[in-house]
Amino acid sequence: MVPVSQETGQGASTIHEVLERICPVMHIAEGFLPPAHAVTWGAASAPFIVHGVRRLTREVREHPGSTLLLGASGAFTFVLSALKLPSVTGSCSHPTGTGLGAILFRPPMMAVLGTITLLFQALLLAHGGLTTLGANAFSMAIAGPWAGYALYRLLRRSGAPLMAAVFSGAFAADLSTYCVTSAQLALAFPDPVSGFWGALGKFGSIFAFTQIPLAVSEGLLTVFVMRLLVQSSRGELTRLGVLVSGGRAGQRKASGSGAVA
Amino acid sequence: MSGNTRIDALLLLAVAALAVLPLALGLGDHKEEPFAGADAETETAITEIEPDYEPWFSPLYEPPSGEVESALFALQAALGAGVLAYYFGLRRGRRQGERRAGSLRETQPAALPEPLPGARSGAGPEEAGGTAESAGETGTRGA
Repeated sequence: MVPVSQETGQGASTIHEVLERICPVMHIAEGFLPPAHAVTWGAASAPFIVHGVRRLTREVREHPGSTLLLGASGAFTFVLSALKLPSVTGSCSHPTGTGLGAILFRPPMMAVLGTITLLFQALLLAHGGLTTLGANAFSMAIAGPWAGYALYRLLRRSGAPLMAAVFSGAFAADLSTYCVTSAQLALAFPDPVSGFWGALGKFGSIFAFTQIPLAVSEGLLTVFVMRLLVQSSRGELTRLGVLVSGGRAGQRKASGSGAVA
Repeated sequence: MSGNTRIDALLLLAVAALAVLPLALGLGDHKEEPFAGADAETETAITEIEPDYEPWFSPLYEPPSGEVESALFALQAALGAGVLAYYFGLRRGRRQGERRAGSLRETQPAALPEPLPGARSGAGPEEAGGTAESAGETGTRGA
């Protein structure tokens, strides 16, 4: 019973290297979650996705005008998750782009749009996978958007400038996706000595290192697109509750992005 | 206006710097294969953590080579970028059309209810040209 790889002997001396190989580009690879885990994560994601599909169809029916902006949010996820960027740890990973849509349309929409992106990558790129789709959707399309949205709302409610909240939301969506991925891996492959928490601690601390600069990039790119949207789609943003009033948004935008840049 | 463009440029510059610096500083030099995204090596890793684990499912379709894979990644990015560009282009065109229609109707009073403040401050050169042009049109018509 020779395991898949021929080079098992030489590689991965440190946990760090091991980890980068398990999940070098964020999603868990095809067949690499034990069946029970795959099924459980699939079952956990399904209700969110069904709910998201319902919200999506309702949104499109009630506001046909927002279809385009929805498409643009999905497109943003498409672009960002295709961008494998080098990070400080010397390996590559990619952002998720789910923060923008979560802020604009609330997280349930992203459960759908994110899953579509994952499906595209699983089917055409052998990146992620069908058996790990449930787990990957849970981290990238559900947990990430909710975490980002929650932070965004919290900051907005406490009076933070729009762009500062957008940056933090996108940053949190990106980083929490990775945190959930490491938790999923730790559950599936607990450390022989220190168990789940030990594995989570190791996974989490190492993952965070690679992903923090990418989460910053994602935050900056999301702010960039949001600035374009503020210029071009004021009416739509007001309807969605992102912009409160026409007059103050300009100032907020300026101060917020100043703080960010 | 220029302040706005400058902030946009700074944002993009920061992203570019974050991506390029690790490469420029050689942060991947300690590795056998620097800056790999190496999905293929995934298998090794789990086998090392749990030696008897075997993947129980393999991708239905796998790009036959790295080139094909990067082509498909580029396709994914291009699709997304295309939709985004379409969206922003359409918005800009609509805004210009509205503005032109508004300034043709009379001189320029109640036209442009609310897109004006943000659009004005954020308008690129083309946009400014658009307004100038439509202003010129009404001018000749008036004369």
